This record gives sequence, C-alpha cells and structure tokens, in this order.
Amino acid sequence: MTMQPQPTGTAGETSLSTDPAAETSPGTPSPGGAPTITGRSPGRAAWDRIKRDRVSMAALVISVLFILVAIFASFIAKLGGWGPITTDGKAINPDTGNYPYGTLGGISAHHLLGVEPGTGYDLFARIVYGLRTSLLVGFASAVLSIVVGVIVGLAAGYFGGWIDSLLSRIMDLMLAFPQLLFIIALTPVLQNSLQTNIHGGTNENLRLLILVLCISAFAWAYTARIVRGQALSLREREFVDAARIMGAGWTHILFKQLLPNLWAPILISFALAVPQNITTEAALSYLGVGVVPPNPDWGALLTDASQYALQDPAYLFIPGILLLVLVLSLNLLGDGVRDALDPRANRS
Amino acid sequence: MFRYLIRRLLAAAVILVVISMVTFFIFFALPNDPALLACGKTCSPNRLLEIRHSLGLDKSLAMQYWEFFKGLFIGRNYGDQSVSIHCSAPCLGMSFQTDTPVMTTLLGAFPADLSLALGSAVIFLILGVGLGVIAAIRKGRFADKFAVGAALFGVSLQSYFVGLILMWALVDKWNLLPSPNYTSLTDDPGQWFTGLILPWVTLVVLYLALYTRLTRSSMLEVMGEDYIRTARAKGLSSRTVIFKHGLRAAITPIVTIFGMDFGALIGGSAVITESVFGINGIGKLAVDSVTNSDEPVILGTTLFAAAFIVLANVVVDLVYGLIDPRVRLS
Repeated sequence: MTMQPQPTGTAGETSLSTDPAAETSPGTPSPGGAPTITGRSPGRAAWDRIKRDRVSMAALVISVLFILVAIFASFIAKLGGWGPITTDGKAINPDTGNYPYGTLGGISAHHLLGVEPGTGYDLFARIVYGLRTSLLVGFASAVLSIVVGVIVGLAAGYFGGWIDSLLSRIMDLMLAFPQLLFIIALTPVLQNSLQTNIHGGTNENLRLLILVLCISAFAWAYTARIVRGQALSLREREFVDAARIMGAGWTHILFKQLLPNLWAPILISFALAVPQNITTEAALSYLGVGVVPPNPDWGALLTDASQYALQDPAYLFIPGILLLVLVLSLNLLGDGVRDALDPRANRS
Repeated sequence: MFRYLIRRLLAAAVILVVISMVTFFIFFALPNDPALLACGKTCSPNRLLEIRHSLGLDKSLAMQYWEFFKGLFIGRNYGDQSVSIHCSAPCLGMSFQTDTPVMTTLLGAFPADLSLALGSAVIFLILGVGLGVIAAIRKGRFADKFAVGAALFGVSLQSYFVGLILMWALVDKWNLLPSPNYTSLTDDPGQWFTGLILPWVTLVVLYLALYTRLTRSSMLEVMGEDYIRTARAKGLSSRTVIFKHGLRAAITPIVTIFGMDFGALIGGSAVITESVFGINGIGKLAVDSVTNSDEPVILGTTLFAAAFIVLANVVVDLVYGLIDPRVRLS
C-alpha cells in the first residue's frame, strides 16, 4: 500500500523484478537485451522502488533518526544536561502540588521538553532513554521471533507429514492464546521465579529479557505460518530436487537452498513485526507490567501523565505524539518494504 | 453437517484442555509459591504449611491439575472440614484475595465486556466495511488515499493514548460527558449508553483501521475476477455488481477475522481500554489480579478468554459454510 501512485516500471525493472527467486547479480546485462537494459538483483530493484516512493523515504529517514537517537542515548541526553532519573527540585513548584513552573509542562532552555510533575525528572532525558528501551525490546523480539518462526516454518513446510501436523497444531495453539492477557499474567510470574534462581542479573535487565521472551513467544507463529506456506511450494521446485539428488542433507536444503529464496517474506514480516512489538511493549509498560519504574519508558510515561493530564497536558501529549510518530513511520516503512519486495501484492 | 460440528467441538475441547494444562503448569510449576502470597507478609511457618495444605499445594503437580480439572465439571470444596467453602461446577478455583469462586467474579465482570464488544463491533464493522468498499471502488483516487492513510494512522495510534486524550478533552476539560463507567443496560439504558461512549470510540479507532484495510484488499481482489466483468457485461447496475457480486464474495475473510476479534473482545482482550476508563471487565480484572498476585484469578481470566477465542473459531467455520456456498463443511 502506498500513498503515492507508483510510476510505471522502466524496461529494466519489469524484465527482472517480478520473480523474487530469479537469480541475477547486480550489474549483469540481461542476456540478449538492448544495451540500455541492465539487470538488477531483486534487492536492488526493491531499493530503487523504495527510493521512488516519497512516503517510504520520509518514513525511512524518521525511523533512522529515532534509531540513531536510541543508539547514542547517553550522549544525546548529556546534551540536554540531565540524567533520566535526576531530580531538578528547582523546576517544580511545591505550592501547586509539585507541578512544573512555566508553561507547557515547564519547557525552557534548561529542560527542552519540560519536567515531569511530582518527581522533577527531565522529560527530554527520560524520552531519549525510553526510546532506547522501546527500540531495543522491539528489535530484539522481532529478531528472536523471526529466527524461531523461520526455522519452525521451514521445517514444517519442507518435511511435511507428522512434523508438519505437530508444528502446525502448535502454531494454531499459540494463535488461540489470548496473547496480551497471557503476557500480562506471565511477566511477573517469570520475574519472580527467575529472580530467585539466577543471581547477578539486575532487576531491570532481567525484566527486559523477560519482555523480549514473552513478546516473541507469541509473535513467532505468524512468521512460521507465512514461511511454511512458501516452503510448501518451494520444495516442489526443480532446484530442490536437484540438490536432493546430488545428495545434499536436509540442513543444506533448508538453509542453503530454501532460505535464500525466502528473504523477501522474511524481511517483510520483520519490518511489520518491529512496530507491532514496540506497541506491545509500550502497552505492557502502560499497564504496569513492563519496564520497572523509575526506569524511563514511553508507555509508563503515559500512565504517569494520565494523573496530571488536567493541569499539565503537555506531559501527556509529548510522549504520546512521539510514540505515534515512531510507530507510524515504522509502519509506513514496513508497508513500503512490502510493496517494494512484493510488487504483485495489494496493487491489482 | 452435524458430524462436522461434533468433530469441531471435540477439537476445540482438546485445544482448551491443552491450554488449561500449559497455563496451569506455568503458573503453578514455576518456583513461585502461591501459598506465600496468600499468607501475606507476616507469615509463620506453621500457617504457611496449613495454607499449602488447604490449597492442595502439598500434593504433586499432576494431582493438583487433576483436582482443578475435576473441579471444572463437579465442583470442589476448599478448606478443612470445619471451615469449608464450596465452589460449584464449573469451578475455576478460589481467589486468594477475596475468597470467592473465580467463576463468580468472572461472570460479574462479563456483562461489561459484552456491552463493550457489541457496541463497538456494530460501529467498526459498518464503518470499516463501508470505507473499505469506497476505497476499493475509487482505487488510486482521493477517497482511497484518504481511507488508506487514515487506516495506517489509526493502526499506529495507541489505544491508551486515544483514550487518555478523549478523557482529558471531553470529560475533564469541557465536561461534555460523564466519567465513563459501566452501568447495566437493564438498570439504566441512558447511563449505560453515555458511560460507554468513550470506550466504544476508543475501540472503534483501534479496529476501524484494520477492517478498512482488510475490506479494501479483499474487494480489490474480488473485483478483478472474471465473473465481475461478466456481471458488468450483461448490463447489471454497478450497485448490484458491487454489493451482490463483489462484497458477497469479499466478505468471507472479513467474517473470519471478525469472529476471532469479537471472541477475543468479549473474552476480555480490551484490557487497555478497560484500564484507561476504569471499566470493571475481564481485562481489568486480569490486570488487577496480576497486581495482587492473585493466581487463581489470573489463571481463570486467561482460560475464560481462551475459551471464547476457541469457540469463536468454531462459529466462524460454521458461518463460513452459510455465507459462502463454495465452502463444503466436511
């Protein structure tokens, strides 16, 4: 889905990009073609398509900006001059119930995005660090769920028979779970039990690990279904027969023959999983089972802000709108990636 | 047809038993002592042993699950002979916090979820399918781009942010609506309606986007089929072509997804909406029981919700056969 109508493809694009499985290398002239027509790898063709789509490019730029801020969080927070949990007692007014001085939640040269009411934490620093948590959990759980989903999906699709039946039933089961309810219930239980067993890990890092595990535990089944469907049709293709006849083992066929032909659907599910997981993580933190307070997180910021919304709406709107921009740009980027890699989908 | 129904119900029952086992073992097998939680902060070792015994935690895990499973069908008694509480079938256990059967609590919360789900589903289904059809017919034109853009915007909005803004603007700042809460429809229909407007709107924002996108892509696919061209060629009005030939076929995948979403919604998956507006439904019950470490209630809410999702799946399969004559149930 794109906001911009796609210009009709050039001769070079239409000649090679329709089949993602086509094996062409970048820069190789297509056999027997006119000199102006050069072959492009499917990846190159997809990238060219994304570059032509202004909405996707804008989404890409914003997403990369967010990612850079997250990576250099400690450095950027220092520019603002405050840490994520350092209190500025001078910025809040004890006479008004610790609401910040000034307008718009206390936005000033000292506090770029204002101050948290009650605690006097600097909102800029908390947002920068909170972004790091969101993206870390979002990407880590997307990677984990994709890896598990690809392995399970490949195995189910390629082996068929009882392996497929068993794995498919497990996928159905995972999709039948009330996911958000279950993650809410599971997170504290896991935290309690692991906390007593594993020594050394700090509370916060353990919680992040648990969040990643819980989110991916329910997300892998979606990828596995898609990959299974693709593997089912790929295994009937001649090149797989050829590999089998040449005596290749199943690990070779799964990971060297099938996997390289699946990178398009895998990349698409990854791109769409990241914003989904960020949403889940923020929702969990909003409900109080995510990141451990006082560590900063955008979902938790909104919970806190809801108590002060009437007097200090800026505190509600700043993290809320930033979260919207982040998820929207990642979603737009994901959609752009899907359109670019799968030109036949959704564009009839 | 009848045999198909029986087979589907049996399969659903098996899935539910497996879910109950997995859930039970996760909550009771992990090194996490429910007795300690039930006992509270000042707990003597003797009292702890007593509680373990009365909760049946001193038995083996398989025994504990068997007792739980039996309780679902014949009910069970808690406590010693002197102070015994009976929990009638279907018994999902007793709350540690309130000492009432979990089922009673769940049934008390259920009407709120039913109202939330019914009210919002009517709106988002009609609007979503309508917008999706318009977008598909006017593909590439302004209406389509607007619908598609709005849908992606809606998908990216966090429901709690929408809810909090609505609360802030309409309730706190301008006092246009009373503070949302759930009143039974039979008690006071007016209050029932005004108290649920904001939660409905929030859920509609959340789901409308999904249904617009789904309808649009499904319609686009169907409208490209040969029989649509045939229908047009024989001179049918475009309204007949779109609604009788197009939408009739395009609605099938939408019904599937809707069945699952609706099952999840009445099972309490509107957790966030309920928390934002303080509606005492199953989702809020789950969050509260997690905060209180009330494990029987957590287990109960999860199973209750799962039961609705699994049931919704069966219903969807049956409805499929009714609305799509190409599907043969066997």
